[in-house]
Amino acid sequence: MPRSQPEPVQQVKKRRDAALNALVSGVPYIQFLGITFDRRGDELTGVMPFDEKLIGNPILPALHGGATAAFLEVTAIIGLSWSMLWDDIESGALEALAGSDAPLPKLPKTIDFTLDYLRSGLPRDAYARAHVTRSGRRYASVHVSAWQDNKARPIAQASGHFVMPRKDG
Amino acid sequence: MTQDKAKFATQFIEAIPHAKALGMKLIELGDGAAEISMGYDKRFVGDPETGVIHGGAVSALMDMCCGTAAISHPDNPGGTATIDLRIDYMRPATPGQTITAKAECYHITRSVAFVRGRATDGDPDNPVATATGTFTVEAK
Repeated sequence: MPRSQPEPVQQVKKRRDAALNALVSGVPYIQFLGITFDRRGDELTGVMPFDEKLIGNPILPALHGGATAAFLEVTAIIGLSWSMLWDDIESGALEALAGSDAPLPKLPKTIDFTLDYLRSGLPRDAYARAHVTRSGRRYASVHVSAWQDNKARPIAQASGHFVMPRKDG
Repeated sequence: MTQDKAKFATQFIEAIPHAKALGMKLIELGDGAAEISMGYDKRFVGDPETGVIHGGAVSALMDMCCGTAAISHPDNPGGTATIDLRIDYMRPATPGQTITAKAECYHITRSVAFVRGRATDGDPDNPVATATGTFTVEAK
């Protein structure tokens, strides 16, 4: 039996980017903060470009702890949703993420979020990556870390617990 | 609030770009206590299906209110920075409602201010979120 041809690379990228865009662009607060996501395969990096409205201490100046907190939480939720939906994105089972008008799947809800502020956030772009430590049927545990110029010198890290959306709707 | 106090409250928020961008209002400021509100705004929504405010915006309000309580303590001579902050989300905030956070600095040493906070959106017995944090105390 002849082997089936692998899916063309453009098609694979188009499907994944459309899914990511559907997840991110629909959330007003992510747009308000100007956060975007870089994708390499299934790896996501959150990017929060510097903006004057993110400043908390104009004298230093430094990013507001609340802006850093929101950036970490957004990255954690998108990272967890992305890993939760990955198989359905790959199989094309999720119509909502393939550009149709079907409603988006329900997203995980934060139970708690604990932040460590490690260094003052400078007035420049920030990056963050989430790591899903455990994702079960009901609960998930996610760790997330943010840095600016140097990944080895994180500005903040956080870990949070989430309630997963019920599969039966 | 007297006119002087109201003027100070406005200037305080105006000086902090992120608090201003989120439309925060300083309601009350005591010795180691603060109350700050954030009105409902469609730009802060986290779930477009329901119109519920994003947890990140609630976190920003909590960080701001807890930090303000830390700097308002008489034993804290200067500014502050967050060391750590834990937020527990009890329930989604009701769409359309203003969220009000209250925080108190319940203990302070030469280097650390210990703060707890609570956010409600109308019913004081049914909080949206609670917070516990530690903040830096600047050297004298």
